[in-house]
Amino acid sequence: MANLKTVSVTKSFGDIEALKDLNLEIHDGEFFVLLGPTGAGKTTTLRIVSGLEKMDSGQILLDDEDVSDWVPATRDVAFVFQFYTLYPNLNVRQNLEFPLKSPIRNTPQDEIDKKVAEVAKTLHIEHLLERETVNLSGGEMQRVGIGRAIVRTPKAFLMDEPLSNLDAKLREEMRSELTRLQKQLGQTFFYVTHDQTEAMTMADRIGVLNEGALLQVGTPDEIYHRPANAFVARFVGSPRMNLLKVHWKNDVLASPGEEMVFEITDTQRELLRKYDKPELIVGMRPEDISVHDERREHNCFEAEIYFKQSMGAEDILNLKFDKLVVQATVAPTRKTTVGQKICGYFDIDHAHFFDVDTELRIV
Amino acid sequence: MAEVIVQNMVKKFGDFTAVKKLDLTIRDGEFLVLLGPSGCGKTTTLRCISGLEIPTSGSIILDGVDVTDRRASQRDIAFVFQLYALYPHLTAYKNIAFPLKAQHVPKEEMDKEVDRVVKMLKIEHILHRKPKHLSGGDMQRVALGRALVRRPKVFLLDEPIGTLDAAFREEMRTELKALHVDINATSVYVTHDQEEAMSMGDRIAVMNEGVLQQIGEPHEIYANPVNLFVARFIGSPGMNLLECRPETAENGKLALRMTGNDDLLDVPGNLQQLIKEKAERDHGLVLGVRPEDTSVHAADQEGPLPAEVYVTEKMGSYHIVDLSYGEEIIRARTSAYVDMEIGQNVRMSFDMDRVRLFDSESGQSLMN
Repeated sequence: MANLKTVSVTKSFGDIEALKDLNLEIHDGEFFVLLGPTGAGKTTTLRIVSGLEKMDSGQILLDDEDVSDWVPATRDVAFVFQFYTLYPNLNVRQNLEFPLKSPIRNTPQDEIDKKVAEVAKTLHIEHLLERETVNLSGGEMQRVGIGRAIVRTPKAFLMDEPLSNLDAKLREEMRSELTRLQKQLGQTFFYVTHDQTEAMTMADRIGVLNEGALLQVGTPDEIYHRPANAFVARFVGSPRMNLLKVHWKNDVLASPGEEMVFEITDTQRELLRKYDKPELIVGMRPEDISVHDERREHNCFEAEIYFKQSMGAEDILNLKFDKLVVQATVAPTRKTTVGQKICGYFDIDHAHFFDVDTELRIV
Repeated sequence: MAEVIVQNMVKKFGDFTAVKKLDLTIRDGEFLVLLGPSGCGKTTTLRCISGLEIPTSGSIILDGVDVTDRRASQRDIAFVFQLYALYPHLTAYKNIAFPLKAQHVPKEEMDKEVDRVVKMLKIEHILHRKPKHLSGGDMQRVALGRALVRRPKVFLLDEPIGTLDAAFREEMRTELKALHVDINATSVYVTHDQEEAMSMGDRIAVMNEGVLQQIGEPHEIYANPVNLFVARFIGSPGMNLLECRPETAENGKLALRMTGNDDLLDVPGNLQQLIKEKAERDHGLVLGVRPEDTSVHAADQEGPLPAEVYVTEKMGSYHIVDLSYGEEIIRARTSAYVDMEIGQNVRMSFDMDRVRLFDSESGQSLMN
């Protein structure tokens, strides 16, 4: 186990700057998720940390030791791509032993036995150890797959979208297994994904990366409730945060045609007084918009229900408002029909404000 | 646009029966989603509708005409594989006009057709842009425009957004739904992703192992799954399913003895009659409860079933708390303010007015 740091790491591929001065600090025993869209630089980061890729400049510190020039094998980190492949000709025990039997490591058999027993206990698969893998259920196979990935005790586990090839149901189950397991093991997990749900549900902390630049690091709650900029705000959360460009003049915040006038709180007014541009972006999560039949004076917009998406536990209403489509989540018990005129009401306490040019959160 | 009827259709590949006696009507103007895990027969069904595969038996009726023996090119159907694959060097206009140009349609007629499609899709303002200057949603509109100029009767879409990043996929599915609302083209959409199906389908047809399990509007399928497969497959997370057995409690009423932890769960009046016959034959049942109908309480509070917190998943606007109960994991959807420790002892309860009951042998719902 160890902490892990990337210090001012840069990397270019030809003209493309894949990583721009990346500074990350992953704590010992932490489940850290690096989240971002395709091409953000996530996998490049992992490969640099593991030693598979050389950086242009910067340092990699593992347990406060500079390992920048070390070859991958000596860094003692485990790279995990996927969990589900088991050797069909080996039984469960042999599958679990396999990574320890590598000639480079030369682990003594009694130590191997001990490790396998430990992992089997953690994953509740002790009773399966002598079973052939073909006789395992889907769930059991997943656990053995995870077990094989974690039977070693490296300083850190590097995981590159290991769940991405699984079908949705299996992925859901694996998410909770993996979260639980990491807590039990207390090992350092450095996990990359493009899937915000994975990041939110599994991470102790999330780093959001886009175009090679780190935009924000924080706990899932911080990222969700205080996104550092409009990109993070839109990338995290499902359905996505609604963003509206509004006018800010003489202490009044209103939509461009003044269809909606906001009654902001005193704290919000204080905050916005320091912001000296005539326009800004208001962000509103779909769950912070409620719908009503009656118009209210403030924080309210008249809209038409464009279409509805039944997600089961909630409905997403897509509301047409001033050439925009605003999404609101409501309880499925709320009866609405397409084409109906309603009022959307912003819970202003939960509004997010972003600079109209830089798109940074106004603080 | 048109109605599509799949009649008594069977498709075999050698000894393997991919689709078993399928009857399915896709209504005029409807967005129907064929949903199921890989190998369930959904893509085979779509390919049979398109004419890329010929059914072993049964027929395909398109707009009242039996087209079973017609080739794909004679069916007036647009098969769309990827909604964001455009010719990068051509403008939106030229991308849309491409199929007509390939058929040497005269310029005047071509412009007229493109114009019609462009108005329908509301993309007049982006016609001269190349794909790299288009948003994801606009790209999708252009891709569909390219299919629409051929005036197809039906759109067939095979996981067209399956390979995209999660965030982009969500945007695309909302855009695609909006687009369908705007143009109302009869569409059959294949996916294994229940969220996609729920968020886009006017109706969903759930398939498994070549057999149609259930067809209905998203909220119907969610609230009242016909069998255990659908119950588990629909919803994120899926329905909690607990094995149990009806038994007469001390008060003389029927209750459910939970297999997982041997607890006895009271059953409201409306379910008493339903389980009576099962009780007489000592028949196994499965109790189905959605995560949002499952509540978690502190260990010292009321709540019929003891459980332990396995892990908590933060979803932003809510939490999913995984509870271990006997050998099972039961998932509860709670507010985002609930904070629980791994290993914490709790009690759980179900909204018994909303639970579902299934026969444990046949897997069929007792409530249809």
